[in-house]
Amino acid sequence: MAFNNAISNIFGVSPIRPLQNHMSEVIKCVSLLEMFFSATFDDNWDAADALFDEIKVSEQLADDLKKEFRIHMPKSLFMPVSRGDLLSILSQQDTIANLTKDICGIILGRKMAIPKQLHSDFLAFAQGATETCVKAQKAINELDELLETGFAGAEVKFVQKLITELATQEQKVDKKERKLRKKLFNIEADLQPVNVMFMYNTIDQIGELADTAEQIGNHVELLLAK
Amino acid sequence: MEFFTEYGAILVLLAACFGFFMAWGVGANDVANAMGTSVGSKALTVKQAIFIAMIFEFAGAYLAGGEVTSTIRKGIVDSAIFMDRPEDLVFGMLSALLAAGIWLMIASFMGWPVSTTHSIVGAIVGFAAVGVSMDAVNWGKVGTIVASWVVSPVMAGTISFALFRSVQHLILQQDDPFTRAKRFIPIYMFFVGFLIAMVTLLKGLKHVFEDAGMALTFFDSALIATVVGILVALLGGYLLTRIKRDISLEADNRFANVERVFAVLMIFTACSMAFAHGSNDVANAVGPLAAVVSIVNSGGNISAKAIMPDWILLLGGAGIVVGLATYGFKVMGTIGRKITELTPSRGFAAELGAAATVVIASGTGLPISTTHTLVGAVLGVGLARGIGALNLQVVGSIFLSWLVTLPAGAGLCIVFFYMFKAFFV
Repeated sequence: MAFNNAISNIFGVSPIRPLQNHMSEVIKCVSLLEMFFSATFDDNWDAADALFDEIKVSEQLADDLKKEFRIHMPKSLFMPVSRGDLLSILSQQDTIANLTKDICGIILGRKMAIPKQLHSDFLAFAQGATETCVKAQKAINELDELLETGFAGAEVKFVQKLITELATQEQKVDKKERKLRKKLFNIEADLQPVNVMFMYNTIDQIGELADTAEQIGNHVELLLAK
Repeated sequence: MEFFTEYGAILVLLAACFGFFMAWGVGANDVANAMGTSVGSKALTVKQAIFIAMIFEFAGAYLAGGEVTSTIRKGIVDSAIFMDRPEDLVFGMLSALLAAGIWLMIASFMGWPVSTTHSIVGAIVGFAAVGVSMDAVNWGKVGTIVASWVVSPVMAGTISFALFRSVQHLILQQDDPFTRAKRFIPIYMFFVGFLIAMVTLLKGLKHVFEDAGMALTFFDSALIATVVGILVALLGGYLLTRIKRDISLEADNRFANVERVFAVLMIFTACSMAFAHGSNDVANAVGPLAAVVSIVNSGGNISAKAIMPDWILLLGGAGIVVGLATYGFKVMGTIGRKITELTPSRGFAAELGAAATVVIASGTGLPISTTHTLVGAVLGVGLARGIGALNLQVVGSIFLSWLVTLPAGAGLCIVFFYMFKAFFV
């Protein structure tokens, strides 16, 4: 005999935990970026290759989580946050993993050699971008506490503080990006034009990592708005 | 009438069996719906929930179940029509019990969210309207009952919404929710004690007091209920002092300790939920049985003012307990595993809102669906942005099950009605 299950069926699976799980996989992916750059700067392409494999695995896992998440988000769900906002956050989180994979893929494929005098700035820039993503994760990790309080009160102030920190971090990364571009511009005449083009492209993409992280913060802020 | 002297004993025995069968079904299935929220939020283990359910379902049925029983027994049909054909009423009530019991079995097997209340009311209306005559149904009363099926989930939702909003404002949105929770939760415990005491005094113990030659005014009852409420709050307050803050739990969720405080409150609301469920749903099983017994005992005199024998409510209570013990624990475990997103701070608001609504309905003699009322209460908490995700499709399927249950219960009952008639007459 089955049972009369109106009560248990009315509860859907909360979207918050799966969103956080997806983000943690994305962060795993982007956190490898720094090590990847260090390896290429040391001309250790085997290590870079191994790291790229790890990044690919994480990116794939994140992709699977994303698909799983979307399947469990039917329109008939009634949630304290808008379905559209959640799906936007999910796709922005996923963008971070995708960008990481693209950045490393191009560098590895072209065996891109970054000029020695740029190494420290480049590393600081990549580190800053990664840090922005980690700060975005902090905001995402507060979603269950936000749900607990009904998206109001002391917890909201706390999350707003996190989002302000995230925005500040993004501005810092912007500054680092300008500095790096300027340095590259000063030496670009001595380098091969095609390589320079790809270097600018990579810098763009790393900047985009930080931008996307900031957008996640903006979206979390939208969830707080009544 | 000689019909009743000849067949009286076997009719009562049949009614008792069918009534017990239905009460067993309520215990096996329906109680799990009422208590599943407590198990799902991990405020209670399945064993503890069964234990609370056994005591408070029984108390609710015995102390506050009388009004609804009498509605089922004589409120839905127009007794005057049956004056000269009391045996039809007996057959009808027997068929209603059997039809509702079987329909519930089928629905449970298929996993449809049907309600015991809707089944039995549909069945009684069915045999009276089709088997006897359209005039045999007290349509005014039936209209009130159907209206209460719409009103009760809305009312429960409103109460739960208000309760949960108050929790958000007083506790969860503050800087130190743990201390605030310990300070304010006894107030909610007071409400639980007051509610149960009030309904018991006003409805359940009325006859006891009359027999003893005592008459309590509304004011007296309110005073006693207030004292009971304060005692309950004191007991709760004592239990709360034993909850110590464990920082290690807060690594993952800073509200883990606050929820532990709410879990204590939820033990109290689980009691009120079981009490409310007992007061309303046991009547579905024992109401028709009471009708059969009173007609047979008076030898076919419907209008005789018979007091309902105690053993009838006891039988209903016992049926529920047996249902719980044989099957209910399994269902409760399954439901509990499926409701993992509900935290004690939410579960208590939903349960108390539903329990208050059901207990008030029981007091006024309206048979409503506990499950549907609880669904309304859960939606109320959801509207206060309290629950991660609610599946609104289920609300649609509940509405659909309504539309199916009434004619299904009625149709089955009509078939059994003619069967019994052919068999005995």
